[in-house]
Amino acid sequence: MSGTEKETGFTFTIDGVEIKAHAGQTVMEAADAAGVYIPRLCDHEGLRHQGSCRVCTVKAGGRSVAACTQPAAPGQAVENETPHLTKMRRDLVEMLFHEGNHLCPICEASGNCELQAMAYRLDMTEATKFPYLEPCRALDASHPDIALDTNRCISCGRCIRASQDVDGKGVFGYVGRGIHRRVAVNGENLADTDAQVSDHAMSSEVCPVGCIIRKRVGFAVPIGEREFDKGLIGHEIEEKRK
Amino acid sequence: MTEPRMIEISPVTRVEGHGKVTIHLNAENEVDEARLHIVEFRGFERFIRGRLMWEVPVIVQRLCGICPVSHHLAAAKAMDMIAGVDQLTPTGEKMRRLMHYGQVMQSHVLHFFHLAAPDLLFGFGAPAEKRNIFEVLKEQPELGKRAVLMRKYGQEIIEATAGKKVHGTGAIPGGINRNLPLERRDHFLSNVDEMIEWCLDAVKLARDYTLENEDLVSEFGSFPSNYMSIVRESDGALDLYHGSLRALSSTGDKIFDQVPYTKYHELIVEDVRSWSYMKFPFIKELGPDVGWYRVGPLARMNTASFIDTPLADAAHKELRAVTSGTPNNSTLANHWARMIEVLHCVEKIRELLHDPDLQGTDLIAKGDRREEGIGVIEAPRGNLIHHYKVDENDQVTYCNLIVSTTHNNEGMNRAVKDVAIKHLSGKEQITEGLLNHVEVAVRAYDPCLSCATHALGQMPLQVELFNAEGGLVDRRSQCI
Repeated sequence: MSGTEKETGFTFTIDGVEIKAHAGQTVMEAADAAGVYIPRLCDHEGLRHQGSCRVCTVKAGGRSVAACTQPAAPGQAVENETPHLTKMRRDLVEMLFHEGNHLCPICEASGNCELQAMAYRLDMTEATKFPYLEPCRALDASHPDIALDTNRCISCGRCIRASQDVDGKGVFGYVGRGIHRRVAVNGENLADTDAQVSDHAMSSEVCPVGCIIRKRVGFAVPIGEREFDKGLIGHEIEEKRK
Repeated sequence: MTEPRMIEISPVTRVEGHGKVTIHLNAENEVDEARLHIVEFRGFERFIRGRLMWEVPVIVQRLCGICPVSHHLAAAKAMDMIAGVDQLTPTGEKMRRLMHYGQVMQSHVLHFFHLAAPDLLFGFGAPAEKRNIFEVLKEQPELGKRAVLMRKYGQEIIEATAGKKVHGTGAIPGGINRNLPLERRDHFLSNVDEMIEWCLDAVKLARDYTLENEDLVSEFGSFPSNYMSIVRESDGALDLYHGSLRALSSTGDKIFDQVPYTKYHELIVEDVRSWSYMKFPFIKELGPDVGWYRVGPLARMNTASFIDTPLADAAHKELRAVTSGTPNNSTLANHWARMIEVLHCVEKIRELLHDPDLQGTDLIAKGDRREEGIGVIEAPRGNLIHHYKVDENDQVTYCNLIVSTTHNNEGMNRAVKDVAIKHLSGKEQITEGLLNHVEVAVRAYDPCLSCATHALGQMPLQVELFNAEGGLVDRRSQCI
């Protein structure tokens, strides 16, 4: 950040809390720095913002906007944790559960899964509102060290951006349109690509769910020591304010 | 003389899973046929195909909510073999054994006190509203309290080793994912002696019931059969976690002994009948008519040469003395055998808690990958076989499960028929209390019908009455 940008610092509010920001920051970036957590799934530190999952939707100036792409503005009053927004986020997350096959009890990502953790944070105690689509997606275990279970994919596109922007490869891409849009590999299967286990796109931190799996790791980390056993998703951001 | 009838008991209660009994009476009200039907279907053997090998122990344990640890460990043992691991690290094996002993303890306690005790304490023909755990708690509060706390102890052992009391993730291919922290060990040690005292009382209760009701026990659903279990490889001792296959005839002659369980398919084949979703296994060399066998606590008391914990061994010797060392064929003696095993498990738990290997950090062994794995364990209800094949991509291509209740299918059917003939034949009025006698015979095997069919469905069992032409005359259903 240049000295000039620092000088252009300003403040805005999220749910009445004053947040410091500077020009070029998004609402989410400024909120994160200030210790205010805005739920998100498709956004991930170090990857370009995409604004597609809409879980980070906030109200700014009376409009619904994606906090991960919306620039912070001086004096803006942003609403984050209102009953309406929380319900909308819960519905979005619930729809993601219904769109795929998310069997938490037998998923090796359980406890490390951001979708599951988000459901807990948003108090999604039962998923009964929408019909289950129950897609039939074959597991791709062709790669010697990585497996893809796209039954659990939420089309966040984090792997696409990581592969393109960080790894410089393009192992993944979107195919289809509308509700049929999904992440696919650029090849017959994963073994047909230049994917490597050391790729950033293949890391467990990039895939928020149990879709991209490191083979033969499985349940090696016991229950109680998994990421979200330590606290609700977003707790590490909120702890900055304490 | 009356019209021929068919009675249907549906569902059979205080068992795990959904099943029914049908009893065919002829014109003289004599029992022509009686069968236990398992009416649920689940299909785990099919839908596990394509899944990744390390997921298997976590997925297949969902067969059951009472004995998931048994499936978890049997599958993990099969996956050890596929991972090329023939010997776990000391911590890995001992943590798994601790988990298993906790599991057998809680499952047996659940069966004896919560499911069977109402029959034993109040009588098989007692009013239906009397035959439940709440009446046990009301009339014998100390016994009821112990039942709850003993089960809690076993469940907490499971939680400490698997991460959850039900459906944990402790066992992974090649080992275990945790050790036992000292504070947990000290917690369990603080009341393990009390647990042993309570187990001794439970053994006495079951023994006294068996001996004081000798006439009933010796005739109720009792018949000679073959018996099978794994026993310890070196000396034939009772070993619930690992060993070789041993089968004895009803007179104690060895049919096979110390056969590696990886050869189970050379010894056992499964028969299919049109009226049940549960298969009928039998010993290949003897054929289906005489080759059927029983498994479970009493079978293990019959097959084991001895028990390697002193208190349980003394109890074992006392049970064996009743039949002068030959196999005990009394279905109801399963309850006594079950309590001896609970005592054995708690003795083993105490032994393990004093072993520093439980705090070891070498949790996983590695080896050269294989394509096929077989895991066999003695589950609470008896011998449990898991068999898988995995391709080069780590995906399951084949799965065969033979669970305890399936092994016991022929035995349970014979027990149902035996009790129906002895207690229902010739009676014009078939009361609910009389029908409960049939259920008591089924219940003595502590069947897990969900496991046996690897099936989806609701819990309870029903009795059907058919006329001589095979028409359904009457049906009795019971709800838990």
